[in-house]
Amino acid sequence: MEFLGLYHYLVFPLLLMSGIYAVIAKRNLFKKLIGLALMQSAVFLLYITMAKVEGGTGPILKPGDADVLYSNPLPEVLILTAIVVGISTAALGLGIIVRIKEEFGSVEEDVVRELGGR
Amino acid sequence: MFMTEIFSAFLLTLLVITAVAAVKTRNLFVSVMLTGIYSLLIAINFFLLDAADVALTEAAVGAGVATVFFLSALALTAEEERSPSAYRAVGIGIFIAVTLVLGYATLGMPSYGDPEAPVHVHVAPWYLEKTPEFIDIPNIVTAVLGSYRGYDTLGEVLVVFTAGIGVLFLLGAHPRRKSEPQGGIASGENGLRHYLIPRVLGRLFIPFVLLFGLYVQFHGEYSPGGGFQAGAIIAASVILYALLEGEDRALQVIPPGVLKGLMAGGALLYGAVGIAGMLLGGNFLDYSVLTSDPVKGQQMGLLLIEAGVGITVTGVLLTIFHAFAARERF
Repeated sequence: MEFLGLYHYLVFPLLLMSGIYAVIAKRNLFKKLIGLALMQSAVFLLYITMAKVEGGTGPILKPGDADVLYSNPLPEVLILTAIVVGISTAALGLGIIVRIKEEFGSVEEDVVRELGGR
Repeated sequence: MFMTEIFSAFLLTLLVITAVAAVKTRNLFVSVMLTGIYSLLIAINFFLLDAADVALTEAAVGAGVATVFFLSALALTAEEERSPSAYRAVGIGIFIAVTLVLGYATLGMPSYGDPEAPVHVHVAPWYLEKTPEFIDIPNIVTAVLGSYRGYDTLGEVLVVFTAGIGVLFLLGAHPRRKSEPQGGIASGENGLRHYLIPRVLGRLFIPFVLLFGLYVQFHGEYSPGGGFQAGAIIAASVILYALLEGEDRALQVIPPGVLKGLMAGGALLYGAVGIAGMLLGGNFLDYSVLTSDPVKGQQMGLLLIEAGVGITVTGVLLTIFHAFAARERF
């Protein structure tokens, strides 16, 4: 039980770092954006993991049942809105990538940098 | 209980494998598909962690709409990653170093599911205890989202709106109309119209998806759901229609002008509810004054602002989809 709890937390750095690796080492802008999305969901998972209460249930009240244990609703609210904001900002990033492709004919960072004169 | 733990450990392992594979593969189409699977897996994980609302959002947005957006952008760029990776050693070094440090730091975290952890002893018990008295709806997540943290949600809706405007600025200004049926994701005037099986099945699905979206919207006070999820689900059903029948047909159903109206109208409705509260003598976004009974007022305010959220999210997601779909590939 103790180990499984730790495992939940240990997955977080692995996911986060897979995203960061894509941002650092990949030159394709599209891939960098996928890396950013991975990092974002890693943080979501950490928040939701912390919201869990052992033996609890989802924070939707059951009328007439006084001693039900509920998980924490607050992190859930924060992440729920963050997911929708995340997709909107990712779409903005995709829009920029499409414009870069139209201007430079490539979405590879090194090609774009060369054509950009820097 | 123990079986659930084993299952979630299995899912987490799959999650890491999917993430690594999505980063490693050089084919971007495969990478996008893997992120779709990743979203679905993480949604199941959210559900196992008691966050049904978040799971619904992630499944609708992450696995559904996000995959469509990434694919439609991919259709306009390149499918293969050309350049070799740079700074690989640095990347791997940072990967290992930070994983070790964060792994060590997790030893200091409150143990998993501990009811006495700091996060559970601050405002959360107050929300759970007082919501039946103040708002009287079962879904605490909706209560916190719409009422206690209404400012926060208004801000998020404005961010979504701004992102929609940004995509319009980037791609919508000079939409290069297509002359040939190759190009974007819902390309040509046909879409998938000549494929019989997707078309017949898809047409069967669309009304039920719409109905489910409306259910999620208006039942959000009593079950997992609300404006964010419903907006994504309704947008997904219209996107499905666009993919099946061609983008032009979808734009006949909901013209671009209406979409822009939806984008701004939802955010305006949200703000107007806040101002109405002020005019009736309360604070901004204080719904208690909307009717003579404060509890009824809270419920009415929640219904209205959730509708505003749903309208804006639907409008923005559809606008973004059409902005990508209308462009021609270079």
